[in-house]
Amino acid sequence: MLAFAIRRFGQSLFVLVLMSFLVFIGVFAIGNPIELLVNPQADEIERARATAALGLDRPILEQYGTFLKRASAGDLGSSFVFNVPAIQLILDKLPATLELAFAAMVLAILIGIPLGLVAGLRPQSWLGRGIMAGSILGFSLPTFWVGLVLIMVFSVHLGWLPPNGRGETVAVLGIPVSFLTLDGLAHLAMPALNLALFKLSLLIRLTRASTREASLQDYVKFARAKGLGPGRVIGIHILKNILIPIVTVIGLELGSVIAFAIITESIFAWPGTGKLLIDSINQLDRPVIVAYLLVIVTIFIFINFVVDVLYSVLDPRVRLGAAAGAH
Amino acid sequence: MSGEPLLRVEGLRMHFFTKAGVVKAVDDVSLALDRGRVLGLVGESGSGKSMTGYSILGLVDAPGRIVSGRIVLNGVDLATLDAAAWRRLRGNRVAMIFQDPMMTLNPVLRIDTQMVEAVLAHHDVSRESALERCREVLGRVGIASPDERLRAYPHHFSGGMRQRVAIAIALINKPDLIIADEPTTALDVTIQGQILFEMQKLCRESGAGLIWITHDLSVIAGLADEVCVMYAGRIVESGTVDDVLSHPMHPYTRGLLDSIPARNVPGRPLAQIPGMTPALLGLGPACAFRERCSRAIESCAVAPAESRPAPGRALRCFNPAA
Amino acid sequence: MSVVAREGAEAPAVAPQAESPLRRFAAEFAESRLALLGLAMLAVIIALAIAAPWVSPQNPYDLAQLDVMDSKLAPGEPSSTTGKPYWLGTDDQGRDMLSGIFYGIRISLFVGVTSTVVALAIGLTIGMVAAYFGGMVDAVIMRIADIQLSFPAILIALVLLAVLGQGVDKIIISLVAVQWAYYARTVRSAALVERQKEYVEAAQVLALSRTRIVLRHLLPNCLPPLIVVATVQVAHAIQLEAALSFLGLGLPITEPSIGLLISNGFQYLLSGKYWISFYPGVALLLTIVAINLVADQLRDILNPRLKR
Repeated sequence: MLAFAIRRFGQSLFVLVLMSFLVFIGVFAIGNPIELLVNPQADEIERARATAALGLDRPILEQYGTFLKRASAGDLGSSFVFNVPAIQLILDKLPATLELAFAAMVLAILIGIPLGLVAGLRPQSWLGRGIMAGSILGFSLPTFWVGLVLIMVFSVHLGWLPPNGRGETVAVLGIPVSFLTLDGLAHLAMPALNLALFKLSLLIRLTRASTREASLQDYVKFARAKGLGPGRVIGIHILKNILIPIVTVIGLELGSVIAFAIITESIFAWPGTGKLLIDSINQLDRPVIVAYLLVIVTIFIFINFVVDVLYSVLDPRVRLGAAAGAH
Repeated sequence: MSGEPLLRVEGLRMHFFTKAGVVKAVDDVSLALDRGRVLGLVGESGSGKSMTGYSILGLVDAPGRIVSGRIVLNGVDLATLDAAAWRRLRGNRVAMIFQDPMMTLNPVLRIDTQMVEAVLAHHDVSRESALERCREVLGRVGIASPDERLRAYPHHFSGGMRQRVAIAIALINKPDLIIADEPTTALDVTIQGQILFEMQKLCRESGAGLIWITHDLSVIAGLADEVCVMYAGRIVESGTVDDVLSHPMHPYTRGLLDSIPARNVPGRPLAQIPGMTPALLGLGPACAFRERCSRAIESCAVAPAESRPAPGRALRCFNPAA
Repeated sequence: MSVVAREGAEAPAVAPQAESPLRRFAAEFAESRLALLGLAMLAVIIALAIAAPWVSPQNPYDLAQLDVMDSKLAPGEPSSTTGKPYWLGTDDQGRDMLSGIFYGIRISLFVGVTSTVVALAIGLTIGMVAAYFGGMVDAVIMRIADIQLSFPAILIALVLLAVLGQGVDKIIISLVAVQWAYYARTVRSAALVERQKEYVEAAQVLALSRTRIVLRHLLPNCLPPLIVVATVQVAHAIQLEAALSFLGLGLPITEPSIGLLISNGFQYLLSGKYWISFYPGVALLLTIVAINLVADQLRDILNPRLKR
């Protein structure tokens, strides 16, 4: 078990380094950042001086080496636009994005799994078919358009919820969170719902498929033959079996939710890393782009790693796998 | 035995209503079983024997449905039961053992969870006393050091061990009737023998009735008191094991007996029943065995009704072997 | 010798016709009314998209036809010059929304389908190569594909576009880069399964050339899962392109896709002029729903595990 974890960790580290290289090459090597920073009327000498100062005249590999060295010390360069450390910018905005992502994931789970269970247990009923039809609608809807509609309905028409920004925050362990205040919740509601929609539909479909497959298994018949009530058969026997693939998917989708938050943040002007990224792309603020990508990649790799380990914990059949060999 | 039999099935009909048509999985099946006796239900796959077992437990799922007939257990007509009453019955007064132990035990739950829940579903006792009961019944099916086994997961066990656990679960609430659906088919021949012997002993000791569903006549020979032979959803012959095996009347039963390799005279080709079992979909009005029967006569164009050629014997045939 | 529902041999209750696989496929597809609805919707949408220049009341990108006086008119209001009503209103430049939608869908479909086809071709080749050669080649290719698939498409596309800049070709390149791995993985799994089967051994024994084995034998059997993935991917590609355009990173203003139309209207949302963003979104939604309905049914039919 430990060997497995260590091996996976090593792999993760390798992927991280690889990604950092790709990111670096992609962002820095193409295009000429000097054009952005230097006054267009600057003459050759100015340009040359700026280039040398930023180290842009060195060979690519050397630049990458310096970059890597500084990165492992936590220094990812300064934003061209704001002139503060890029990593600082990212980390400042990260809690907002993570809060949004988690809220969306929680919503998707709390709504999606029960609906999927119902649809899987009674696939031919009106409710079951309605849920499935709804789920098709759910992942066909363009996220950004739904966001607009939500604003239309709840902000413009009904005036119930604020259309943008993040609400009041409260510091928990030094990190500002907004869901603990009523105002914060009001601001969080629409973006979280918007972001959750796509994952919700996927979760419904996944849960439904797993439930259907599980309910046809012999162990369900056997459980019923023991005289167990439907509550226990569904709640324990079926649920425990379907939770394994579902948890894995949730874990993997969490990374995707963080990425999709970029769109939601743009629509609702949610002050997270996504908005920062878009602005940086438009302004060619490369250090920030690189910092963002590296932070995200790290988060992803970490999530993947945790999911892998979690999977082996959840499924007792996998646990023995390497250690004890076949029974 | 005197008095009301433990189980009486009369004219049971269970059909599957599929898009392609109606499949008469169980077609007018009648049987009776007394306490402490073993009934063998013999037939090929698709003969309806498993479905009969499921019907008795009320585990028939859509698109299948019991269409007509009565099942009376301990004097109670099971058709009168509501869902809650069925749950009180299952695993308690009637228990079932399935064929593939790999899949009947839930792979992600521990053994003790799966055994204790069987007890707690029917008795309001503490978890500790339920566990005690589990240890006891595991001992009865021949599993030593039960505590270790209880904390394990199904995939830690071999097939034979898993089936013993399944049997233990069936026995745990001291049921009156046990239905065993080919429980040894998936196992080693040596294990098979052991389990057969133990099941027989357990039933004799507890006085429970046992219905043993199988395709293997030789298993029945050593184990059962009575036998029902099924073909295409109908019981074609039944009686005591001694009677039926020594004087089979239905040509199908004869064919089954003749094709047992142990009965073959060395040097002669193995006897076979020609042809294949018919599709249950679109079965015509004739006797289902007609196409393969060497004794078919004109009357066989209409499926025969059940007759009683001798006390304790039932038969569906117009032209039985004497 | 399993028994239930073995039609034909013993009990010919219905005389079976010699049905070609295509007819059977069409019949099975038609079993779902929702899928037929989707197919109908799709047909209409594709027809409108192809015929956009002739069907649109106005060419919204011909500046000569625009009248700024007509800007931000609500749906149904008439044009100040021709008096004909703008069915879905106009945007801030006086463009007829209906026409804009027709042209927009056209581009969206074009980009979506083209990128899917190219990604399919590339992914198919790579997947087959991986499956056929196995060993190290397979391991490396699949590792790359896996790593790429573990990152969300939007992120990869965003970065690529940030680096490459704007333009139809660049969007297609990004979409292809995001999608190829799905096809490669699908093809490789299917090919691996097929490879074990006997007919491939037989072909090898007959010393048929490798290309021939791959093209004539492996390929046709890998097609069903590919078709399913491809159909779903067209929807994904369209959605991704719309999202990227919405963010301002996708297609340039000269080729405004639905995403751009929607983002144009965003600023007017709070003042109640919702139609500029709303209706393009509806059009996009209908397109995606139609594709997904069809894809769902295709998956049910072509999935071997669910074979009835």
